[in-house]
Amino acid sequence: MPKLSFAGLHVAQRAPMAAWKAALLRVAAVLLALVVGGLILLCLGYNPLLVYQTMLNGALAKKTARASVVRNAVPLAIVALGVTLAFKMKFWNIGAEGQICIGAIAASFFAYSFDWPSWLLLTVMAVAGFIAGGLWGLIPAIFKTKFGTNETLFTLMMNYIAAYFIQYLREGPWRDPAKNGFPEMPRFAAAARLPSVLGVHAGWIFALAIALFVLIYLRYTKHGYELTVVGDNITTARYAGMPVNRIILRTMFISAGVCGLSGMIQASGANKMLTDSVAGGDGFTAIIVAWLARLSPVGILIVAVMFGVLKKGCASVETVYKISSEFFGILQGIILFFVLGVEFFITYRVQRKKEVK
Amino acid sequence: MSTFLAFLYAAVLSGVPLLYGTLGEIITEKAGHLNLGVEGMMYMGAAFAFMGGYISGSPVVALLFAIGAGVLGALIYAFLTITLKANQNVSGLALTTFGTGVANFLGTSLQKSSVSVVVVPASVVNVFKPLDMGFLSDLPVVGQLIFSHSLFTYLAVALAIGMHLYLNKTHCGLNLRAIGENPGAADAAGVNVTLYKYVHLLVGGAICGLGGAYISLVTCAGNWQQDCVSGQGWIAVALVIFVSWKPAKALWGAFFFGALRILKLYVPASVISLPSAFYLMLPFAVTCVVLVLSSIRMRRENQAPAACGVNYFREER
Repeated sequence: MPKLSFAGLHVAQRAPMAAWKAALLRVAAVLLALVVGGLILLCLGYNPLLVYQTMLNGALAKKTARASVVRNAVPLAIVALGVTLAFKMKFWNIGAEGQICIGAIAASFFAYSFDWPSWLLLTVMAVAGFIAGGLWGLIPAIFKTKFGTNETLFTLMMNYIAAYFIQYLREGPWRDPAKNGFPEMPRFAAAARLPSVLGVHAGWIFALAIALFVLIYLRYTKHGYELTVVGDNITTARYAGMPVNRIILRTMFISAGVCGLSGMIQASGANKMLTDSVAGGDGFTAIIVAWLARLSPVGILIVAVMFGVLKKGCASVETVYKISSEFFGILQGIILFFVLGVEFFITYRVQRKKEVK
Repeated sequence: MSTFLAFLYAAVLSGVPLLYGTLGEIITEKAGHLNLGVEGMMYMGAAFAFMGGYISGSPVVALLFAIGAGVLGALIYAFLTITLKANQNVSGLALTTFGTGVANFLGTSLQKSSVSVVVVPASVVNVFKPLDMGFLSDLPVVGQLIFSHSLFTYLAVALAIGMHLYLNKTHCGLNLRAIGENPGAADAAGVNVTLYKYVHLLVGGAICGLGGAYISLVTCAGNWQQDCVSGQGWIAVALVIFVSWKPAKALWGAFFFGALRILKLYVPASVISLPSAFYLMLPFAVTCVVLVLSSIRMRRENQAPAACGVNYFREER
């Protein structure tokens, strides 16, 4: 086995670790991250145990709080599932934020323009959100396949373009004439609002359905197999005669389309109108969720709920302790640092030199 | 004419943080690491410069805090990607999330910590105001354009020139470029790859931290503004491609994008009347065009360091 050494330590690749052991290490990493977060709280003069307890209580004790945990988790789950498709292909789609915005804009166009029966309007809005998001994501994919343009930065820049486009709509053509002062867009008519199921807007049903779709798509379809091969080794894929460019375009359309659909759900279900903050950072947090779940659809659902708890918890901590809810961002970062770091110990074995035979 | 001069002057003002970010990222990528955490490191630099200046009232402390924050961010990234071989893309994104969170947390917490307005004292902010160089600043045209800037601006220009010389004229610079192109070969030639990578990534972080300090101390004049960096770090990452990894070209690249960012204020509405959101979009849209153009015009000398983005495993040589 290959070896390298530094600082008197030997590092060697280890045989694949048992799945449960690896999972245990990852859970330990998350816990360790929470401990570090606690140390920061301690430095700021708070009792971390009390703060974490407030977090859990604030997120889970009341029924209304649990509902908002689900509301937080829905966009994270859907968008994480969306970017997973692209990530499996090693296409770094970090443009989810913009794809959410564009999907929401397309859906809102129908919501603001037509007076159709609810079932028809909502269906058209969902389809429009998916297609618009998908087309928006197709732009960087086309340039990637044609010229090899860096998709990481391209998708990222398009986030800002999409976000400012919403601002343009809010200040210009879609400004609500009924509201004076700060420009705002009007609220959706009742027909354009996603109905509530079991106390939360129906977005959670979409999340479950999309998770099932992504699971089947990746594991049991030819498309899913092809995109995995492209991600693992693009040369192999070409050699095997796969239409690599078409696979990239197709996958990116679906990946961005799912993000766009999430935009429709946020506008129609959560906000009941189009706002500048329709994405509100979910596009980035979802990338972290997808990565923590190691791109597994079931894992994404679990991690998304966990992040929903954290987000709601940080909001309640803000009201109780006056700790800014920005703490959520810090905690996200630390958790991801630790989980990224622990992969090393799952892949490699570190020994002191003496022990190496 | 005077409006045009004012426009050029403002372009420099808004280009300076981009220049810091770009220079920090160039030296990082030359070491073979694509650090997407520039935005995060600039945020941390901004918040810590604000805090350091507010607490101490000393410009030196404010700058040291900013540098320290940038270095800390870069150290986390460096440890993850160099020592623990973690994915560079995701590590950088994590750093951006972390840095943004830390900065906004720190900024809002400081603001809430006092009933009066929390602002960096004038003793700090004034040091970084445009300098008055006597008769030089009074010269027509060049007096305003060249001889009446903030210390930050001159430092950034000096850094760009210094980095150009370092990369192209020194032995260490040659070693660094070798690492970015082919770390295995550099390693075989006896260069301490790990040490080089750490040092240059941390220096890159320090430079990004300074760019953040500029934002909180000069752009925001010592006040804390939530989300003050707002994508400038990301533009800087893209600028590195635009200027094809050359610090000297970064000078005009950064000022060009600086001009785009303030265009709105200088185009008379009677000539072109665009909604303000489109002006805000402009630098990002132009960046997209630049990305596409630079990928179409593939010239060998304008490419990324060959090993940029790939972690170096000694045993996989």
